[in-house]
Amino acid sequence: MLKRLLSCVGKYKWAAILAPVTIIFEVLLETTIPLYISDIIDTGINGGAGVGYVLQVGGKMVLMALLSMLCGVLAAKFAAVAGTGFACNVRNRVFQKIQDFSFANIDRFSTPSLITRLTTDVNTVQMAFTSSIRMMVRAPIMLIMATYMAVRINAKLSVIFLFAIPILGGSLAIITKHAMPRFKAMFEKYDKLNASIQEMLIAIRVVKAFVRGDHEIEKFEVSAADVQNAQKRAEKLVILNSPIMQFCMYGCMIAVSWFGGMHILNGTMTTGLLMSFISYITQILSSLMMVSFMFIMVVMASTSIKRINEVLDELPDITDENADPALQVADGSIEFDHVYFSYAKRADNLTLTDIDFRIEPGETVGILGGTGSAKSTLVQLIPRLYDVFEGSVKVGGHDVRDYKIENLRENVAMVLQVNNLFAGSIKENLRWGKADATDEEIEAAARAAQAHDFIMSFPDGYDTMLEQGGVNVSGGQKQRLCIARALIKKPKIIILDDSTSAVDVATDAKIRQALQEGLADTTTLIIAQRISSIAGADKIIVMEDGCISAMGTHEELLETSEIYRDVYESQQKGVE
Amino acid sequence: MAKKPTMPPSEIREKYQAKPGSRPGGRGPGGRGRPMEKPKDAIGTTKRILKYLHGYEWQLGIVALTLVVTAVTGVAATYFLKPIFNDLAVMVGQEDPDLTHFISTLLTLGGIYLISILSSYLYSRLMLNISTGILRRVRVDVFRHMQGLPMQFFDSHHHGELMSRFTNDTDTLRELISNGLPHTVQSLITIVGVFGMMLFLSWQLTILVIVMLLVIFLIIAKVGGRSANYFIRQQRAIGQINGFIEEHIEGQRVIKVFCHENTTVQEFAALNEQWREAAANAQTFGGMMGPIMGNLSHVHYAATAALGAALAIGGWLDIGTIASFLQYTRNFSNPVTQISQQFNSILSALAGAERVFALLDTPHEEDQGDVTLVYARRQADGSMTESPERTGHWAWKVPENDGYTYVEVRGDVRLYDVSFGYTPEKTVLKHISLYAKPGQKIAFVGSTGAGKTTITNLINRFYEIQSGSITYDGIDLTRIRKADLRRSMSMVLQDTHLFTGTVRENIRYGRLDATDEEVVAAAKLANAHFFISHLPQGYDTVLTGDGANLSQGQRQLVAIARAAVADPPVLILDEATSSIDTRTEKLIERGMDTLMEDRTVFVIAHRLSTVRNSAAIMVLEQGEIIERGDHEELLRQGGRYHDLYTGMFELD
Repeated sequence: MLKRLLSCVGKYKWAAILAPVTIIFEVLLETTIPLYISDIIDTGINGGAGVGYVLQVGGKMVLMALLSMLCGVLAAKFAAVAGTGFACNVRNRVFQKIQDFSFANIDRFSTPSLITRLTTDVNTVQMAFTSSIRMMVRAPIMLIMATYMAVRINAKLSVIFLFAIPILGGSLAIITKHAMPRFKAMFEKYDKLNASIQEMLIAIRVVKAFVRGDHEIEKFEVSAADVQNAQKRAEKLVILNSPIMQFCMYGCMIAVSWFGGMHILNGTMTTGLLMSFISYITQILSSLMMVSFMFIMVVMASTSIKRINEVLDELPDITDENADPALQVADGSIEFDHVYFSYAKRADNLTLTDIDFRIEPGETVGILGGTGSAKSTLVQLIPRLYDVFEGSVKVGGHDVRDYKIENLRENVAMVLQVNNLFAGSIKENLRWGKADATDEEIEAAARAAQAHDFIMSFPDGYDTMLEQGGVNVSGGQKQRLCIARALIKKPKIIILDDSTSAVDVATDAKIRQALQEGLADTTTLIIAQRISSIAGADKIIVMEDGCISAMGTHEELLETSEIYRDVYESQQKGVE
Repeated sequence: MAKKPTMPPSEIREKYQAKPGSRPGGRGPGGRGRPMEKPKDAIGTTKRILKYLHGYEWQLGIVALTLVVTAVTGVAATYFLKPIFNDLAVMVGQEDPDLTHFISTLLTLGGIYLISILSSYLYSRLMLNISTGILRRVRVDVFRHMQGLPMQFFDSHHHGELMSRFTNDTDTLRELISNGLPHTVQSLITIVGVFGMMLFLSWQLTILVIVMLLVIFLIIAKVGGRSANYFIRQQRAIGQINGFIEEHIEGQRVIKVFCHENTTVQEFAALNEQWREAAANAQTFGGMMGPIMGNLSHVHYAATAALGAALAIGGWLDIGTIASFLQYTRNFSNPVTQISQQFNSILSALAGAERVFALLDTPHEEDQGDVTLVYARRQADGSMTESPERTGHWAWKVPENDGYTYVEVRGDVRLYDVSFGYTPEKTVLKHISLYAKPGQKIAFVGSTGAGKTTITNLINRFYEIQSGSITYDGIDLTRIRKADLRRSMSMVLQDTHLFTGTVRENIRYGRLDATDEEVVAAAKLANAHFFISHLPQGYDTVLTGDGANLSQGQRQLVAIARAAVADPPVLILDEATSSIDTRTEKLIERGMDTLMEDRTVFVIAHRLSTVRNSAAIMVLEQGEIIERGDHEELLRQGGRYHDLYTGMFELD
């Protein structure tokens, strides 16, 4: 699963290769330097070779240190370039992948989870990557080189490492193995804590209205304690690493001093070499520490890696690979041919059952139905936001699956129930519908959506900057901007999915009137709660439980459909 | 199809300028090094952090002890290299060397090592206790304090920003307490100790140390300054990226509908590339410090060795001294580097702590109320007395002179000439006066932004009025304790918010001591019982993520049941049925009617059908009541209400 992600290094491969290479040089130099130390002491000071010799060796040592510094700096540079390049590519790839997602794919992941994957998870993986690129090479090379040097100085003395390395390595491995699941548990508790804070923030009005602050605090205290306990459980193990390491290191020092001392007394070793040997102890054991640290890092990142890979592995539900690129939407006719639909893609869990109807170009069609009657699901099949389970949806006489998605959606505009505007000016937002729209076109669309007047009431008019998420306009204004954004496309079909719920009745009527006058050839589908919004339609579809319960004009339905009559009467009661 | 123009990166950048105070979430890159954050009052903040240590005094005492012990043993252990090498130097060549001194030195060294290991372990173990404990305390404190903050606070802060008080800021605070501060102290002790020992061993060689220190400081100043600059840019870039991600993933469906994928990908790639450049530089500088400092100490080592050799040959120093001193040069650079690296993280942790404290210092909702809500029983003479258990009647317990009087809670709400604005510059409500008699249904009608919701926000004192007055059963609203005021009224809002937990728990949220039967009764009343019993686990079905596994309408029904179980004298329905289709609404109508019986109800609705049977309908426009009366009267008046109402049927 790592391999997949590693391919994201892409054009930063050179840096990802040069970083370890420079690190190897750095380590080679680093492990050679202690040898010069012994030269200085043995030959220079003890051997009485004189200041000249010491200066000569010292000079070499300084030269090597400077070289090693250069390698180190270069390694830092390469590792940073590779690490950030990698993260940049991963982020791009994940983001791009999400762009290919269909609505069904998005449903499966949920928006907040996608956001976390793109932000926190990518960051975690990047940190792990940057440090492994440095340590992965550094630790083993250091271990090998330092051991080699130590053996070269005194093979017998090196036997000590035969004890020390397995003890340290073994205990580190055991600790890491036990710590991993505890860290995972800790992260889960953390996620829960964060979720509960988020929930409180979102629902603060409810908490306040019901005076449940104390209740929330009680709940939170439990989560906070859970996190603390999980933290202690996990870290309790990890903090054993350092004493064990110290124990091994100091044990080695004492043993080396003793046995090395004996060697010196026997004349089989010099004082300088003993000092170099001691330096190698530190290098060998700390490289083991590095390995264990790396493992913990990778464990911490592994959840993130998994979560990123889930996104990358997700197969986009909807592709247009087999579509005919030349096929254009000829007119705004819509035909549902015995359509069945299931979000779960299972025959025993159908959301839409045997939907069959036809809409002629230019018709206005209202759709009415209870909560959960699958009105939105129905219309979302038209721009192919979801694929049918069985049957077919035809637009302009062709199955929607035969069109290039872009060709299809260019002609089928849809205003969603939950709508988003983006940071930028109003004009920029409206141009989403048509990138090269002129100012006149923009204004015309805004007028039709009854947005022109309030836009002009802002000091900057169409250049008014919307904040992230469009928070600085009201709900009704937002809906009208979204309608304008769709109208500017001059589509062959426009679908309004309960898009005027926050707009008052009078404005709503004006919008409908403008649609009828301005877009007479455009097929219009309106989902609405208010009878008034759809009563004038050419055709009204009444939905119930995923089926079409009745279809006809307002007058016809009043005659034939009990549901329709019910709704009508409930909304009209008291008028007469 | 026309090619969509790509925005130049500079423009994209402008749009996603990180908002002040908002910071990228999670364990971000360079999370340790946020050098641009400077605490405003480092000493004051530190003092306040120390207050959180209260209760850990004895543990902290031991921690302080272990800190000193660890530092001292570290210095001492190095010192003992001197006798070892001196002993060896003396013994070399001797026929039958006396090993006792050598052995005892080694044993002493072993002892020192053991103490050092134990003390550093003890330190980590205690610190784990203390730091996680403090972390928890801070979190709970912040959470608790937040509960008391006024609505304005939540209006004016992004959730992400508030979240980071709990995550990033407290985490860096923990880092500061468990690593930053103690390690700095330890490093300082070590530096002073090592320096002292060096001076003791050889003043000549110590001169070299001072020269080296100067070089180190020079490099830190130079490299540190550059890297600080790059870190700021990196943080800004990541903030922009995160903002872009949040916005566009949330708007993903719109992107799909408009086939805007390519443009979005290009914009994102531009931001991402900009981050990459800044981050590569920042992290290069960050990674450079280690090798520079490490190798600098090698240079220092070589210089010391050369100078030491010269001195030894001249007979000024012995070989053991040089060995020890050389070891000290290795020990010296570590703590200096550490302090230099800790410095930035200490500053940014203090800045984080300051943000946490600033939140804790934000004043709570004003509440000088002394009138409380109690269960009451009506006496034969019509007066009220307090009752310890639920009676179905409430009374206001009003303190008077030296006793209490009891006023029956009837739901009589009056507004006298109330004006209000969320911000001082913009008045939302102007001179509103109204009178809701007990048991009456009062409806507010008007377009978005007319101030309907605002009125209800004032009645339950989510916000404080700026002029005028509100009375509740004849008592001035400000005299009633807020918690009691809100307990006397239930709210059903347009955006239903349910909590993670079972359906039963969610309904019970309205009244925590409601029995299972009462919960079911409330659900039946709201017409929610039917669908709840068809859920996989019925009332024990666990709702997740703001009730995402229920439809909007079902969630609304649960919310109505929640309000019903509270059984309060006053009910506020803010677009409570807007996401319920009219047919379902009709089904719950009877339930709603029962719910509204004998209660004062404030209703806000777009759908005029919901408000028709109200005792009084207020038509609001731009913060003013322009028409009032019952349905018939208003229709007769032929004003705005008439227009709205008939507009509804214009297409017939």
